[in-house]
Amino acid sequence: MRARNYVVGAAFALLAAGMGHSALAEDIKIGEINSYSLLPSFTEPYRKGWQLAVEEINAAGGINGKKLVVISKDDGGKPADAQTAANELVSSEGVAMLTGTFLSNIGLAVSDFANQKKVFFLAAEPLTDAVTWAKGNKYTFRLRPSNYMQAAMLVEAASKLPAKRWATIAPNYEYGQSAVAVFKKLMSEKRPDIQWVDEQWPPQGKIDAGPVVQAVAQANPEAILNVTFGPDLVKLVREGNTRGLFKGREVVSFLTGEPEYLDPLKDETPEGWIVTGYPWYSIKTPEHEAFLKAYQAKYNDYPRLGSIVGYQTIKAAAAIIAKAGSTDTDKMIAAAEGISMPSPFGEITFRKIDHQSTLGAFVGKTAQKDGKGVMVDATYKKGSDYLPSDAEVAKLRPKD
Amino acid sequence: MAFYVVQFLTGLASAASLFLVASGLSIIFGVTRIVNFAHGAFYMIGAYIAFTLTERFSGAFGFWGGVVLAALAVALIGVLVEMVLLRRIYHAPELFQLLGTFGLTLMVEDLVVLIWGPDDLVGRRAPGFKGAVDFFGQNIPSYDLFLIVLGPVVLGILWLLFQRTRWGVLVRAATQDRDMVAALGVNQKWLFTSVFAVGVFLAALGGALQIPRDAVHHAMDLRIIVEVFVVVVIGGLGSIVGAFVAAVLVSELNAFGILIFPKISIILVFLVMAVVLIVRPWGLFGKPEAAARKTPGLSVNPWRPLTSNERLAALAALVVAAMLPLVAGNYALTVGSEIAIFVIFAVSLHFLMSVGGLASFGHAAYFGLGAYGVAFLAKMAGLPMIVCLLLGPLLGCMGAAVFGFFAVQLSGVYFAMLTLAFAQIVWSIAFQWVSVTGGDNGILGVWPEKWAASPSHFYWLALGVAALVTIALRVMVFSPFGYALRATRDSVLRSEAVGIDAKRIQWTAFVIAGTTAGIGGALFAYLKGSVFPDNLGISLSVDALVMVLLGGVETVSGGVIGAIVYKALNIWLVSQTDLSKLVLGGFIVLIVVVFPKGIVGMLEILAQRRRKSSPPGSSLLAKPIESAE
Repeated sequence: MRARNYVVGAAFALLAAGMGHSALAEDIKIGEINSYSLLPSFTEPYRKGWQLAVEEINAAGGINGKKLVVISKDDGGKPADAQTAANELVSSEGVAMLTGTFLSNIGLAVSDFANQKKVFFLAAEPLTDAVTWAKGNKYTFRLRPSNYMQAAMLVEAASKLPAKRWATIAPNYEYGQSAVAVFKKLMSEKRPDIQWVDEQWPPQGKIDAGPVVQAVAQANPEAILNVTFGPDLVKLVREGNTRGLFKGREVVSFLTGEPEYLDPLKDETPEGWIVTGYPWYSIKTPEHEAFLKAYQAKYNDYPRLGSIVGYQTIKAAAAIIAKAGSTDTDKMIAAAEGISMPSPFGEITFRKIDHQSTLGAFVGKTAQKDGKGVMVDATYKKGSDYLPSDAEVAKLRPKD
Repeated sequence: MAFYVVQFLTGLASAASLFLVASGLSIIFGVTRIVNFAHGAFYMIGAYIAFTLTERFSGAFGFWGGVVLAALAVALIGVLVEMVLLRRIYHAPELFQLLGTFGLTLMVEDLVVLIWGPDDLVGRRAPGFKGAVDFFGQNIPSYDLFLIVLGPVVLGILWLLFQRTRWGVLVRAATQDRDMVAALGVNQKWLFTSVFAVGVFLAALGGALQIPRDAVHHAMDLRIIVEVFVVVVIGGLGSIVGAFVAAVLVSELNAFGILIFPKISIILVFLVMAVVLIVRPWGLFGKPEAAARKTPGLSVNPWRPLTSNERLAALAALVVAAMLPLVAGNYALTVGSEIAIFVIFAVSLHFLMSVGGLASFGHAAYFGLGAYGVAFLAKMAGLPMIVCLLLGPLLGCMGAAVFGFFAVQLSGVYFAMLTLAFAQIVWSIAFQWVSVTGGDNGILGVWPEKWAASPSHFYWLALGVAALVTIALRVMVFSPFGYALRATRDSVLRSEAVGIDAKRIQWTAFVIAGTTAGIGGALFAYLKGSVFPDNLGISLSVDALVMVLLGGVETVSGGVIGAIVYKALNIWLVSQTDLSKLVLGGFIVLIVVVFPKGIVGMLEILAQRRRKSSPPGSSLLAKPIESAE
């Protein structure tokens, strides 16, 4: 007991020693948090993306003449640790704003922190609708198309399918639950004749794919909605292929076209799934080609969707600070509401009404080419076309 | 009908994969009594190495050769680990080996990403088992059939090995009574090493055989380790047949359970384990553990209250800590508050483990219940902060009262696993009951009121509560209740002979520890401003165990030091390096080797040596006797 407090002192001495600042006082510092150690397959390309953005911004003279510095922290996939990191970035590094996060619950935890501490937060990836709607706040903005938007994009294609009997497979946590809920709601609105014949909820990361596939097949659906991703998706696809689950059935699948999840499937890639994703090899717009060239030149690797998210997050942060002309939080919020900026996917806008960006996603079909999974017939869906009306949004979001 | 047959076969295939890994863990635990947390890591390395080998060598020979070669290679790594690390710590207090293998696991998780890259890897299908077999219109993958056959074959080989070889006889004898085997002159060193090698081989084989079904990635270990441990415990520790039956039971219940309750998978194994342990305290095929022959008090330094000088020093240290807000910034103060809260959490578990001899693997449940208690009271009832802080921990208290009643009926690892099962049940309720708990999106906006909002005020609050809790528990250790509790720890039979109601005393200790953890959780909710199911999760329970073991389980206040060192180091490393798990794991392994009594335990030994007036008990400590293992 008596030694306790000396150790506290020693611990803080260590902490203080570790906080050497490399940045100069005039630099603009942005804090970035993500699940680097938990989700390296997403966060490694993501990190490369934002590092490219920082390099480009500083090469072009920085933000209003000041150098941009991004200080990055790992949250280990835990909301509580993300808050510790956020606190360090704000209290001790003195960053102008927080950015990043992947998991929905971490996005919400940091968003709540931002709201409490009055700090600007640009959420990069968390998909839950709650970030901008039910638990939205004045300080939080989001880049990626939300669950609702991606569901709406998929429903547009799915509702044209003749299938009437649908089954769903989704990971048993908030993301899976809300993806299925929104998809079902929007789908049933467009197609009242649809029946939902089975639903499977394997635990995230722990799917026992054989029994799940068998159970779905037993319900004999005409079409299947899949929300699993990562290693779960691999197991599901392998079991499904072997057991013939996907034969003669339409499959609509969230995120499967993203290189992070599609590439590991290689020659197991199922044909003809309707998916959201990122076909970097077939996007021929000048904005994207410029990004692709710069990315490949710097890393000698192709971009994943994470690269786009990381790149655009920092680009957006810089654009907001440049427009605000200051790192004052209220001025940044004012600047961010309604700001438009270029992105590799074309121009995007951060909406004033709910702080959601209009960044879209590509919807297409999966196919195999030379033993690799690709997305074909992909078209870009603008985010602005897949959001509910302003009146509805106003109802969903608490008043600031 | 065909469907149910196929679903049954599918369940059997899942059971076979589970059994391979579980059997290895069961053998290792049965003989060496090591809770091998790194078993999942060996499983994962097996899969990674097999991936590399099967990609390089094509054809049937390349694939099957690669799988076996990978398992052998990992077994070799296992032998190295056993000889270099574990051999040094067999004498350490029970569960200390858990700490070492936990450190290894952390290191491996970072290492595989460094070596094999961040992407998920998908290996080849098994040559000859690529397709499916038609069964009345239902498809059964031929690889599943292969696994269904492999499971019983491995079971048979192991049975022959144990029943028909001299080595097997020794292993069974050691499982039943290690001390007697040692007394009869068997060289335990090589027995342990060989058992560990066989166990690791099975784990790695299980991992390698997943290649045609699964993706290889850096989180495979955690996905399997808990489940496998549950299977081993359901079957009965050290029983191979038990592990097989338990694997089949769990897999079949899952295969058919999801037809009725699609969300059952998340909790099923823990429900089964809780039921089995309540009905059969030693698992399906387990036998009661032989009474420990350890002389009570031999391995423990005699405890004594602090002398008045030491009290003054502790007080002075507390005053110094209280002056931190004069020099430190907001971030350091918030970290200080977090550390103080984890001191509360660690001392509560330490009380249960050191004083009560009851190691809980699910202590986070009561921490998390305290946090949820506060969140419910603050968000739903809108009560003021003080009231929430006082009443919130009662939820932890109630949880501990209910679960503790069942848990204290058991002892040793069975007790630990039942607490784990209860913690997972509570976790899954918090996770699934979205309308009340918000599910995994948690409850937000639980921020402290103005008087406690500033980091310095909150720090003083947390520090004050931590000091009070530590003092209260210390007083309790030296109270009549504390002596009675220590009596039940050292010898249940003798304590009952002198009229102590052991179960009631242990239950009371469990409730005290749970309530104290709840106090920590209540403060934690206000520190973070939010509550998530994570606060009840396995990783937090493991953190608490690590803190206690790091500080020293045989000491009076090891939990305090363990919490400070572990938490401060963890926060600092995560902030400073991308390889925090590698560094932290390496540090833990180092501590385990250098300080096999924990940090405080080692300091006590050093202090005693310096005084050169060590009582006979501690000279035994310094030079543990070979045969006492």
